[in-house]
Amino acid sequence: MSMQALFGQLLVGLINGSFYAMLSLGLAIIFGLLGITNIAQGAFYMLGGFTTWMLFRWAGIGYFWALLLVPVIVGLVGAAIEKTLLRRVYNLDHMYGLLLTFGIMMFIQGMFVYFFATAGRPYAVPPELGGAYNLGFMFLPKYRGWVVLASVVFCFATWFAIEKTSLGRTLRAATENPTLTRAFGVNVPGLMTVGFGIGVALAGAAGVLAAPIYPVSPLMGADLIIVVFAVVVVGGMGSILGSIVTSMMLGLLEGLTKVVYPQGSNMVIFVIMFVVLLIRPAGLFGRER
Amino acid sequence: MTDASVSSPVLAVENVAGHYADSHILHGVSMHVSPGEVVTIVGRNGAGKTTLLRAIMGILTKRSGSIKVFDKETIAFAPERIARLGVGYVPEERGIYATLDVTENLMLPPKVAEGGMSVEQIYQLFPNLRERRKSPGTRLSGGEQQMLAIARVLRTGAKLLLLDEPTEGLAPVIVQQIGATIELMKKQGLTLVLVEQNFRFAARLADRHYVMENGRIVDAIERSQVTARMDAIKSYLGI
Repeated sequence: MSMQALFGQLLVGLINGSFYAMLSLGLAIIFGLLGITNIAQGAFYMLGGFTTWMLFRWAGIGYFWALLLVPVIVGLVGAAIEKTLLRRVYNLDHMYGLLLTFGIMMFIQGMFVYFFATAGRPYAVPPELGGAYNLGFMFLPKYRGWVVLASVVFCFATWFAIEKTSLGRTLRAATENPTLTRAFGVNVPGLMTVGFGIGVALAGAAGVLAAPIYPVSPLMGADLIIVVFAVVVVGGMGSILGSIVTSMMLGLLEGLTKVVYPQGSNMVIFVIMFVVLLIRPAGLFGRER
Repeated sequence: MTDASVSSPVLAVENVAGHYADSHILHGVSMHVSPGEVVTIVGRNGAGKTTLLRAIMGILTKRSGSIKVFDKETIAFAPERIARLGVGYVPEERGIYATLDVTENLMLPPKVAEGGMSVEQIYQLFPNLRERRKSPGTRLSGGEQQMLAIARVLRTGAKLLLLDEPTEGLAPVIVQQIGATIELMKKQGLTLVLVEQNFRFAARLADRHYVMENGRIVDAIERSQVTARMDAIKSYLGI
């Protein structure tokens, strides 16, 4: 096996890890604040990818504008869904939230399949990020490096916003004790709308980053979300930083498996999930309840 | 401010009923608190004192009757709207956030009115909290947690404060400190409703005591009557 292949696969792993991180981070925020397991997260990722494609195709709006606009658009769609639908199941068993978001996923995905069919649509790498760096031991396509960098920035910005700002402070308080937080005059229901919006906006941003790498297709999120849920199970639902670290780790491990035992690369995350569930059911960073 | 608004009560509770889950806990409670008064609600365990505060705060969702806060009918208000009228709440379990450090706990409640204390003033009042300001809220001792819970509402400018058992389970020296703080709050013109098991503590501070039994207010004892009616009080409280 050549070093080229090894580093190439590790890079792919890092990129996959970046997508896992952005999606699972969003899931962690949503679960913490709303108590909802948002299985539609993959559909919001797809929505992000597709909106990027549509903006360019129909409005001539390019990649960098999309990176700014699409998370906002997806976040607003999420906020509207939270206000009209999710709100109704907060007082019910967690299972209802799961079923409802499953329905939302089927609906969004179904609409796109209906209008666009399932074939993938290409999206060009922006010229500024075309080409590759020769690192000596490997070629690093600029865009791939950009994806990793951008996702680190998104994740760090989210972590910073939650841990170090007053909005984040209020968000953490509302996650821990919503009733008391309301009794202090905080509009917690409004905060939940914002929290869901931010959570799905992260998935939308991941969709923009993915558009030039993976074909944009209505089913692009369906494949990813299964793995992301396995990542979340391994990391545990509780921790923001935990979900980022776990995602990167598992992405790399997946890449490494592709080099040493390619047949196992699709299941290595699930094998790890199985082992973690046996010895630490709350996940690596999760707290037992 | 006109004379009329000074004399109208800060809090007027009329015939309030309240349910928690399937049990009927408050049965037609009526009470009122005037500006600058310290009023206690005393009574045995399970009389409904905590539930009454939760009803006033809007946390108890199944409630009926009339609760006027600063002359506004709040019976249909969500808790955040009631708080924003200028009400501060210090819950029985203290409600210190584990995921927030001391300063973050202090800064969490939004300002609801002008005239709250600054963080600096609060740290002067509670020097212990300054020393622990970077500690996670739940690493504090019980007394420190209680001080933080009180300090938290002093910063918001709330003019009506609801304190649920602020001395419960605390050492005498801490109880004294909390008593001194409550006297200071009274001097600043704040209006206080205090649920308290420790009658000796309550008697020193309160202008009036409401006695609660089985979800009803059964008696109101003015400060001046306390000595004369000590036997009745003792029998109410079973002490």
